[in-house]
Amino acid sequence: MIETASLLMVMPELILTAGGLVLMMVAAYAGDRTTVAISWASVGVLVAAALSLTGLPTHGGDAFDGLYQADAFAGFAKVLIYVAAAVSIIVAPRFFSQGGALRAEYPILILFACIGMGMMVSASDMLTLYVGLEMNSLAAYVLASFMRQDERSSEAGLKYFVLGALASGILLYGISLLYGFSGSTSFAGIAAALGDGVSNGELFGMVFVLSGLAFKISAVPFHMWTPDVYEGAPTPVTAFFASAPKVAALGLTIRVAIEALGPAGMAWQQIVIFVALASILLGAVAAIGQTNIKRLLAYSSINNIGFALVGLAAGTPAGVAATMSYLAIYIVMTLGSFLCVLQMRDADGNPVETIASLSGLSQSRKGLAACFAIFMFSLAGIPPLFGFWAKFLVFDAAVSAGLTGLAVFGIVASVIGAFYYLKIIKTIYFDEPVAAYAPAGSRIEGVLMTACAAVVVLGYLLNPVLDSASAAAAAALF
Amino acid sequence: MGGFPILSLMMAVPMAGAIACLFSGAQTARWIALAATLADLVLGIVLWAKFDQSGRAVTWQFTEYAPIFGKFAWALGIDGIALMLIALTVFLMPICIGASWVAIDKRVGEYMAAFLLMEVLMIGVFTAQDIYLFYVMFEAGLIPMYLIIGIWGGADRIYASYKFFLYTLLGSVLMLIAMMWMVHEAGSTSIPVLMGYDFPVHAQTWLWLAFFASFAVKMPMWPVHTWLPDAHVQAPTAGSVILAGVLLKMGGYGFIRFSLPMFPEASAQFAPLVFGLSMVAVVYTSLVALVQSDMKKLIAYSSVAHMAIVTVGLFALNTHGIEGAMMVMLGHGLVSGALFLCVGVIYDRLHTREISRYGGLSINMPKYAALFLLFTMASVGLPGTSNFVGEFLALMGVYKASSWVALVSTTGIILGAAYMLYLYRRVCYGDQLNADAAAMPDLSARELWLLAPIAAGVLWMGVYPESFLSPMRADIVSLEARLARAVPAGDAQIKIGAPKPAAAHDTHESGGHEQAAHAAPGEAH
Repeated sequence: MIETASLLMVMPELILTAGGLVLMMVAAYAGDRTTVAISWASVGVLVAAALSLTGLPTHGGDAFDGLYQADAFAGFAKVLIYVAAAVSIIVAPRFFSQGGALRAEYPILILFACIGMGMMVSASDMLTLYVGLEMNSLAAYVLASFMRQDERSSEAGLKYFVLGALASGILLYGISLLYGFSGSTSFAGIAAALGDGVSNGELFGMVFVLSGLAFKISAVPFHMWTPDVYEGAPTPVTAFFASAPKVAALGLTIRVAIEALGPAGMAWQQIVIFVALASILLGAVAAIGQTNIKRLLAYSSINNIGFALVGLAAGTPAGVAATMSYLAIYIVMTLGSFLCVLQMRDADGNPVETIASLSGLSQSRKGLAACFAIFMFSLAGIPPLFGFWAKFLVFDAAVSAGLTGLAVFGIVASVIGAFYYLKIIKTIYFDEPVAAYAPAGSRIEGVLMTACAAVVVLGYLLNPVLDSASAAAAAALF
Repeated sequence: MGGFPILSLMMAVPMAGAIACLFSGAQTARWIALAATLADLVLGIVLWAKFDQSGRAVTWQFTEYAPIFGKFAWALGIDGIALMLIALTVFLMPICIGASWVAIDKRVGEYMAAFLLMEVLMIGVFTAQDIYLFYVMFEAGLIPMYLIIGIWGGADRIYASYKFFLYTLLGSVLMLIAMMWMVHEAGSTSIPVLMGYDFPVHAQTWLWLAFFASFAVKMPMWPVHTWLPDAHVQAPTAGSVILAGVLLKMGGYGFIRFSLPMFPEASAQFAPLVFGLSMVAVVYTSLVALVQSDMKKLIAYSSVAHMAIVTVGLFALNTHGIEGAMMVMLGHGLVSGALFLCVGVIYDRLHTREISRYGGLSINMPKYAALFLLFTMASVGLPGTSNFVGEFLALMGVYKASSWVALVSTTGIILGAAYMLYLYRRVCYGDQLNADAAAMPDLSARELWLLAPIAAGVLWMGVYPESFLSPMRADIVSLEARLARAVPAGDAQIKIGAPKPAAAHDTHESGGHEQAAHAAPGEAH
């Protein structure tokens, strides 16, 4: 029997499911003409789902006999996911209207992806985890190839699908090993089994599970798909990929690492440290030679995931809180950057993606240039912008956990990363102007961009709120 | 002290000006920037006037505290050392704006905004009482300076801007990790608390090195000084002035505020390293300066040599050395700023920094030649000018610690005279070889107004340094007391005899009479 309490705890997912299904029917009968209305309705559904988080879904505890966890950690992650999803929906109609691929399915697919992501961050059983992950991925594969006429978009979707399937296989194999050796699929059961020593089988299972998850967060050495998919996918979809699924997958990784694999801390800590450092370094070095802004942001996201993992590597409540704060700040910076990229259109309104086309932007579009520069300096982690605080928190957690070496290496590598962000600012501010972009067409994008920039500049005033929210989220796991 | 938040106001005024400049036209932006910097100068004068200089005063004055940032606080407050550096900042800023009045003609609003932001951050660095707030201000200064060099700089500005940014960033990030470790160890982010905390000696070594990485680059010390000549040469005139005048002082301020009081044992342990690097710097960069054909590069290298005297003085770890280091910093801030302005004056006319393109300027530009001579002499360290006081005190301080270091460092004064006089001879004396240089008009009223206040300051500091030493005295004495437990015995066994006739006491030094106070530093006056 399903208790009412359990249903109340999954309220956000229920709202999204019902809303998504209704809107899909509307889309099926009304056609693509209603896309803009459906988009706004989807945003409304996301807002409703976010509002429902104020009740049981953030402090209800176990639901469905331990398959699903409704706690503050899930609530924190879900807010970030819904915000990122809503922004990706809002900016889409204008982008697709230019390419003629404006379809009503786009916002609905994002809603379905959100259900999957909500399941991911709330999972407390390997099976819920897997179902949530696949639900998100399925929607994501379609979104990546959303511009069916476009070769690059189709290629991105196919690549994402093939490599994603491989990763799912690895993950599933790891889950089966863990189940075989521990006799349970629930996180608590696995943790109990690991508590009395880690057998070889469990170790293998753990490595496979972490590898599968590393693919989803595009951490080195499972990052290869990221630049191609980011470049090929339509820009609003790329913005979505770079934000919401990152939060979901990283949230999931944290939950698995702490709740399921917690007793084997020493074993996964080494893996996480390696993955973090490799991601930071590769994300920084490989980005230097890029000429396409979306590819560059792809490497930037790899780089950022590396920093976020530094907090997890610490393995302490402070470390987890730091990673969650990092994600919150990262979402704002990334969405802001992609909003800037969306403004990059030539005189005919076609999207441009080369970094060279940004030359001298500061003289033709002052506001856009300033926002772009703010996001780049912030991603580079230069104070007083908020991106610095994100890095500060994870390194602070690492230092207090005794991982000073990791912190030193990571922060030195961040200087390498600063170079390519500076390169963009140099192009925007120092270079001679080239052909100007089309004038800003959408007020709402400008508003969102300005809002992101304001958060990045004045974010320190949010610190008390962010600190208490992320601390509560982290406390839910320990 | 509490009361009126004058320090916040000093940061708010240029901040508001910066935002206003972004949204206004060229001429309006110039006037807004000038008004904002002059308002800050007035506030600075008020600050100095209200600063309690009596020996028994509380160390930290004008304190403000607002815990609004979660893990760190908006904590401000100044002691005498910070006061002097703030005074230098607010004094140089209106001059910088004036120097850019006609030289900058594109994107004026953004330029003025960058400069005003720079002023906010510099005041922030010198007033921050929270270690993370300090770091934020210290690092944030990179952004406006990067833009100033990159947008309004010379031909090779992009390389210079990258080099400036990445060099200083790499130096600073290690300091951040050290700060985190210290805050975890001491359990407080407050700089005054940390200054009184005794860190374990073995940890001090690493912490000191991490801070050294940052401040040595900022200072800059040999061999990590190479960003400075590039940045100076490419930056616009006012950018060079602020870079040499104030930004370099952040390194010295960092040593005084962090390295010395927080890690006394490590400072004593590493003093030989600092001495070694500084001795190389004094001799090497002076020789390099001697062969430069680019005026700005020459002055940039001379800055490195002067800063080496500062580090030598600081790590003498005694009152004279530290007082001298502070005086060199203040004096060098004025003099090098003025020298860059002098270069800027003739650069604006002929658009070249090649020394050989000029010559015999004292014939057609007599006022310019007179002021340039004054600043040249001040840079050389002629008695009666600002740099003499500082260099004399610093070298006297280091003589107590090590005679050899004093000996080698003193050659810097001689070499300094060589390259500065050689520069002056080639620019202002001799035949007028180039017709266009010979036809340049003398200083305009605006340029005269820029240089005259600095000339007055240089002479004031040289003739009556007590005005500048007295606010700092109590702080330097307490710093020496803090260092006392770690200071190694110097090789100069100074024996101070009992001064029998009181009259003989005051007659044996020129340049300033505070040196008479060896026996009981800080108390005599």
